[in-house]
Amino acid sequence: MPAAPVPTVRIQRHDFDVAAEIAGLARGRSDIGAVVTFSGLCRDEQGALSALELEHYPGMAEAEIGRIAAEALERWPLQGLTVIHRHGKIAPGENIVLVVAASAHRQAAFEAANFLMDYLKSRAPFWKKEHRVDGAEGGWVEARQADAVAAGRWKSPRSE
Amino acid sequence: MTTRLIYFAWVRERIGMPEESVELPDGIETVADLLHWLRSRGEGYEHALQYPDVIRVAINQEHVDHREKISGAREIALFPPMTGG
Repeated sequence: MPAAPVPTVRIQRHDFDVAAEIAGLARGRSDIGAVVTFSGLCRDEQGALSALELEHYPGMAEAEIGRIAAEALERWPLQGLTVIHRHGKIAPGENIVLVVAASAHRQAAFEAANFLMDYLKSRAPFWKKEHRVDGAEGGWVEARQADAVAAGRWKSPRSE
Repeated sequence: MTTRLIYFAWVRERIGMPEESVELPDGIETVADLLHWLRSRGEGYEHALQYPDVIRVAINQEHVDHREKISGAREIALFPPMTGG
C-alpha cells in the first residue's frame, strides 16, 4: 500500500478557488477515481446579515485541523486531502471553508469529507460573530447541539 | 511558574483582554481549579466564567477536559464552544 498522502491545511484570510484546489490535488496523476468537494458559504437568511467575522486561534487552528486530517487519512484510503478555512470578515455568499477529499472510489471520499466537516464544526478553534446590516450588535453565533451530535456519530469503538 | 492565558470570542470580550500572564497560586492543579480561581478575580471573569461547564479549554494548543492537570502548561486557552466550518 502506498504511503498516506500529506494533507494540505491552510488557514487564510483571502478567498480560495475551488476548481484550482481540485486541479492541484489531481495534477500529474491518474490513480484518483473520486474527488468529493465540500464548500461552506456565509449564509444570510433574511437580508439582515452584513458579514460574519471569524475569529480563530492561530497555531491551534492549523494544529487541530491537521490532527483531524491525520485521523481521516488513518480511517479512509485517501489519495489526497485539502482543507482550507478562512478567517476575518466574510460577506454573505462568500466562501468560508473547503474540504477536498480524493480517493480511488467515491465512498471513502464522501465519508472522509463528511467526517472532516463534522469534526471541524465542533473541534476547530473558530468562532463566528454576526455583523448586522442595521449596525446593531449581532452577537456570537451559538454552537448547535446538532453539530456535536453529528461529530459524535464518528466515534470509533476503540476510542471509547 | 508563569502561565500564559489566552481568551477567545465572548470569553475574551467579557474578561476584557485577549491574553495575560499569571502566576498560579499553589493548589491550582486542574483546569476546573483554574476556572474556579479565575472567577474570583473580578466582575469580567465572573461574567465570562459563570457557567464553567460550557467553557472549552486547550492546553498547549490541544483540547483537554476540565479534569486535566495543568502542571507544566505554557499556554492555556479558554473559549466558548466552537462555531467554525
